[in-house]
Amino acid sequence: MNLRLIVLASKNIRNRGIRSWLTMIGIFIGVAAVVALISMGQGLQAAVTGQFAALDPDKLIVTNVDTGFGPPGSTAVKKLNEHDKELIESVNGVDVVVQRLIRTVSFEYNDKTDFKYVANIPTEKEAIEVIYDALNLELEKGRLLDENDRRKVILGHNYLSDDFGKSIRVGKKVIIQGEEFEVIGFLKKTSTFILNGIIIMPDEDLREILNIGDEFDILVVQVKDRNELPDIKDILEKKIRKDRDLDEGEDDFSIQTPEQSIQTINTILDTINLVIVGIAAISLLVGGIGITNTMYTSVLERIKEIGIMKSVGAKNSDILTLFLAESALLGLVGGIIGVIIGLALAYAAASGISTAFGGLEFSISLNVPFLIFAALFSVFVGTISGVFPALQASKLNPVDALRS
Amino acid sequence: MVTKSKQRTLIELKNVKKYYFMGDNVVKAVDGITLKIKEKEFIAIMGPSGSGKSTAMHMVGSLDIPTSGKIFLDGVDISLLTESRLAQIRGKKVGFIFQSFNLIPNLTAKENVMIPMTFQNQSTEESLAKAEELLELVDLGDRMEHYTNELSGGQQQRVAIARALANDPEVILADEPTGNLDTKTGEMVIDFLKKLNQQGKTIIMVTHDSDLAKKHADKIYWLKDGKIEKITKR
Repeated sequence: MNLRLIVLASKNIRNRGIRSWLTMIGIFIGVAAVVALISMGQGLQAAVTGQFAALDPDKLIVTNVDTGFGPPGSTAVKKLNEHDKELIESVNGVDVVVQRLIRTVSFEYNDKTDFKYVANIPTEKEAIEVIYDALNLELEKGRLLDENDRRKVILGHNYLSDDFGKSIRVGKKVIIQGEEFEVIGFLKKTSTFILNGIIIMPDEDLREILNIGDEFDILVVQVKDRNELPDIKDILEKKIRKDRDLDEGEDDFSIQTPEQSIQTINTILDTINLVIVGIAAISLLVGGIGITNTMYTSVLERIKEIGIMKSVGAKNSDILTLFLAESALLGLVGGIIGVIIGLALAYAAASGISTAFGGLEFSISLNVPFLIFAALFSVFVGTISGVFPALQASKLNPVDALRS
Repeated sequence: MVTKSKQRTLIELKNVKKYYFMGDNVVKAVDGITLKIKEKEFIAIMGPSGSGKSTAMHMVGSLDIPTSGKIFLDGVDISLLTESRLAQIRGKKVGFIFQSFNLIPNLTAKENVMIPMTFQNQSTEESLAKAEELLELVDLGDRMEHYTNELSGGQQQRVAIARALANDPEVILADEPTGNLDTKTGEMVIDFLKKLNQQGKTIIMVTHDSDLAKKHADKIYWLKDGKIEKITKR
């Protein structure tokens, strides 16, 4: 490789000024998109996985799911009920089954109303401990709910900040769905952003204010020995199928281990990443065509220059190298700028998301090998894009070229 | 003038023809030229426009390949060479000077002079030193960093002369070197060529200015319709 040719190539690119920049925009938008989205994607994966970190490995999550056969809408999903709970409790190895409800309610304080998530706290002492343990709840102020509390709530960390014009404190009364509740505690800030905005109230109270009968959203199954978790899962599946008179494959319920929940989310995130990379690939392709176009124009403009270089001893391969170096440099500079812009976008978006979801720890993973790969891939795109124009330039007949 | 009979033959053309096929027409740009050019000669190729003198010069400079006939450059049949070998030989043995200077815009005088050395894989330091030396030689020591559009015609042609000398070639091919210059600067350029000839370079000058040719050249080939019409010696 002739280093002087690369120096010459970079000089030629600088001489084309604004046209070089415009050409590189095509490339760096593509690279920036890939870098931003991949960096955020990894951050998103970490953040979402973090939401499940609270789940312990000795618990199963039972939910009912849409079979896909019923009419669309939530009514198609039959809710879990007391009968299901008893059925699960009857299985050997099951320690405690906790019923969970997660709903939205209106929350009023200081004459201001907002809609918030509410979760129930079971009324049996054992089950309460399972939930506190599973969600890893820690108090910032006040005390936790116990089995004897009624018309009392614990609030997430976000309620401590001044959202309602007047700060809420322990002992204050708030209105939930038109009913008065006493605040007895606040949770510590957690990485699980839903918990930071949640209202936790006794199961009976929640059923009363929302008029909920015999139904549960989720059943959390605590097993006695975590090694038996997979076996118990199998037994539960068979039992519920038999109870509901279903064949295998017709399940209208789902039993997930915490690992499975994370896997499910990761599969979805992977798919999203794939789509994003696909879009970015199209952008890079368009950017590459932009480089090809610029290089063709450049060859046309510089036919005479090519003739001169050939007359002073340039081989076809020298001209080829010169033009390929130019398109590769366009790719390289475009790629480096793309990486920088992509990272900047990712950090900006991450801080935006973190602020919007208060407490969601959304951090950008700085994957250096990936960033280097992105820049190198851009060089590759640039080089490939320059192949045809460079071949055309190298094959020019020197006499014809000089005459132009 | 010393006798030149013992000088070796540098360039030899044997019945060289160059035809261009344009549809049904055949343009016979060069139609059977045979000549020998010896080292250290100052040759002029004369003729009206369309006589084929530029085409002949391009082939002498191995820039173009004949349709038929043979061209020997320093004993090597150039029609048998690969493109890259031909380019290599051209860059090393032949220096071109053109009527319209043909410098590369966007490059400084010094960078223009370095270009031929770039293609001979010379190191940057060597090329830089040589380019500076050559520009001093053509009295442009104070114009090295100037871009071509900042130079007058005469200065540009002197940069072109420096470029032609970059790889220390044996032959300088000058295609109407004074064509775009006023009389005074034209004379200066010719003086440079004379000086180079005295230092041992073979000069082949294409021109339509018969006074210029008669005054300076050892030998003049008069071309007409692609053929040598006559040869005159001084």
